[in-house]
Amino acid sequence: MFNLSRRSLIKGAGVAGLAGTMSLDGFATAWAQNASWKPEAGASLKLMRWKEFIPSEGKSFDEIVAAFTKATGVAVQVTREGLDDVQPKASVAAATGQGPDIVWGSFSLPQLFPSKCVPMDDLADYLGKKYGGWTEGPEAYVRNKDHWLGLPIATNGNYINYRTSAINKAGFKEIPADFDGFLSLCEAMKKNNTPPGFALGHATGDGNSFVYWMLWGFGAHVVDEKGKVTINSPETAKALEYGKKLYATFIPGTPSWNDGSNNKAFLAGELYLTANGISIYVAAKTAGEKGDAKMKALAEDINHAYWPVGPVGKIGELQSVYPMMAFNYTKYPNACKAFMAFMLEAAQYNKWLVDSQAYLTETLKAYDSNPVWTADPKAKVFKDASNRCSVLDGMSANPQKAAESLADFIVIDMFARYVTGQSDLKSTLANAERQTKRLFG
Amino acid sequence: MTSLADNKLPQGARIAAPSALSRLMVNREWLGFWFMLPAAAILTLLLVYPLGLGIWLSFTDATIGSVGKFVGLDNYSWILGDDSFINATVFTIMYTLVASTIKFAVGLYLALLLNKRLPLKALLRSIVLIPFVVPTVLSAMAFWWIFDAQFSIISWSLTKMGLINHNIDFLGDPTLARICVIFANIWRGVPFVAITLLAGLQTVSPSLYEAATIDGATPWQNFRFITYPLLTPIIAVVMTFSVLFTFTDFQLIWVMTRGGPINSTHLMATLSYQRAIIGGSLGEGAAISTAMVPFLLAAIMFSWFGLQKRKWQQGSDA
Repeated sequence: MFNLSRRSLIKGAGVAGLAGTMSLDGFATAWAQNASWKPEAGASLKLMRWKEFIPSEGKSFDEIVAAFTKATGVAVQVTREGLDDVQPKASVAAATGQGPDIVWGSFSLPQLFPSKCVPMDDLADYLGKKYGGWTEGPEAYVRNKDHWLGLPIATNGNYINYRTSAINKAGFKEIPADFDGFLSLCEAMKKNNTPPGFALGHATGDGNSFVYWMLWGFGAHVVDEKGKVTINSPETAKALEYGKKLYATFIPGTPSWNDGSNNKAFLAGELYLTANGISIYVAAKTAGEKGDAKMKALAEDINHAYWPVGPVGKIGELQSVYPMMAFNYTKYPNACKAFMAFMLEAAQYNKWLVDSQAYLTETLKAYDSNPVWTADPKAKVFKDASNRCSVLDGMSANPQKAAESLADFIVIDMFARYVTGQSDLKSTLANAERQTKRLFG
Repeated sequence: MTSLADNKLPQGARIAAPSALSRLMVNREWLGFWFMLPAAAILTLLLVYPLGLGIWLSFTDATIGSVGKFVGLDNYSWILGDDSFINATVFTIMYTLVASTIKFAVGLYLALLLNKRLPLKALLRSIVLIPFVVPTVLSAMAFWWIFDAQFSIISWSLTKMGLINHNIDFLGDPTLARICVIFANIWRGVPFVAITLLAGLQTVSPSLYEAATIDGATPWQNFRFITYPLLTPIIAVVMTFSVLFTFTDFQLIWVMTRGGPINSTHLMATLSYQRAIIGGSLGEGAAISTAMVPFLLAAIMFSWFGLQKRKWQQGSDA
């Protein structure tokens, strides 16, 4: 389709070096002249992304789109869908062969339809070499053994959000780094009537992060590296027991929570510890800056912490990677690549990271020095979202099935079933095993 | 269509020459067929083809992005042993029965009420229609808020009144969640039943009631021997539609609970969507939706034969 020569690589790198001193538009024009990916004549793109949670991030995204259009003449029509609706719509597009050219979704989206993606190997290679390499976890979400099916544009860190006053009152200075300590903290908080709560409903982001943290903390896995189903194990049983004890300390109603429920409850002052992106803090901070005294106090009280490390002694965090992919039915694959390359160049990406206020974490190592990570100490933990991100179970054996197991909420339902007392340990495990075996068996 | 053979030739043969096709084009018997063709084509394209494709997919292991190969009854034998599917089927039937029964009772009651001489009748009638007019997704969102675990207006009011000391976990408890979604469906479905039955009531001639009253009939006898028999055909149609709509409900559940907590409010339609579109197992999802067809057919047959039995249809007196 095009040639990526050593010369064009060097040219691109040279241009990017200058970028620091140039305006966005100036860079864009220079970039467009030298980019390795020349959009097809008359190209125009349709892009579907999730509706932003941080308004300034969305605004910044639109600026990048506008700069790209100005530089290349390629019009990009952006549509926004609720995060949970992106994947179903992308699936329909994949099945029918028409719809957006580019989709920006969550988790292992491109792995659901590997045969429908434009391979991004050249682009990934170019960006990886230029910007210090890709972080391992996010990379695994978009790669199968043959190709890069998309690019992991960013990771949305999901970490413990807590009220400092509430954990102090419970007798803790910080979030304990181990499971037992964390449970005692939650029990003490419950006693003080400042309860914690984690989503156990069909909440793609918050719910999955929570349950996989427990599962992996005890060394349990849905499937092993070869794709053998291992969910019905003593380790899973331990994780379920731990979940049950933890659930007993929760604010009521968590089995019905979706991704937005904990944000609402936390901001309303009814929930004191949960797992979330940085969006709760940003919402409180923004409202505080606009003169809301209550929110200002809340923002000052909020802090974030890493997930405690389980008895297995290894970090196990499931973070929401946001991959971007292009469908191979597009008439303009080069324009798609040009857009993605443009977005990830330092001139755009650095500003975008700042505007996302730590909601997004870089996946290219060179961006670790972005000022967003030093501007506010409360945002610091989110810097490691990409580094600490573990790879979803089954990803190496069969990425497509791994994506399906996540989409079907198998692990969330397993925990919800057991911790709420809806079924006993044996049948909970047998049920989850059966569902997983259907996928991997 | 089949009568072509015995209609044809004599005159045509004598004049000679017009081709078989041009004769068919003007043939009276075939004319009806030609006029039906566009409608038949649209139905085939929009109904028969998707249904056929869905049934075909249910016999394959297709996923999104791959065509899949024929696997026989594999998908069916798998879902029959799947707790989630059995739960969804049982709940779908329960959902339909409970909601339809209550919708009918409340709808009929409202219709009878609105048929009386009331002040502001036109206004009241339009108010009853409101739940039906509001887009399903919006009303589902409203109910989602009403039943929210933390911010429910019901929990709040009861707490303020001192009746309870903690929020009711409407959508977090499987049984309560089921009751809540059924309630929301009833709220939404009553206007359709009420307004349609009201239309039926207005076709009943007042002279019948006058005659009955002169004969000394009580209001109950008026209802039982005049209103009810004359309303039966409308009831059959309305309830068929109501049952079909309820059985295939999707939006309400999807917005309020996504089938949670722990898959307890999944209907067959939502489970099928989750498996096929979200999970990517097109074959399995197709099997789940195909499994809805026998139930729907049974509902249609039931009311169809119920209708056929009515004497009024055959032209004799009711």
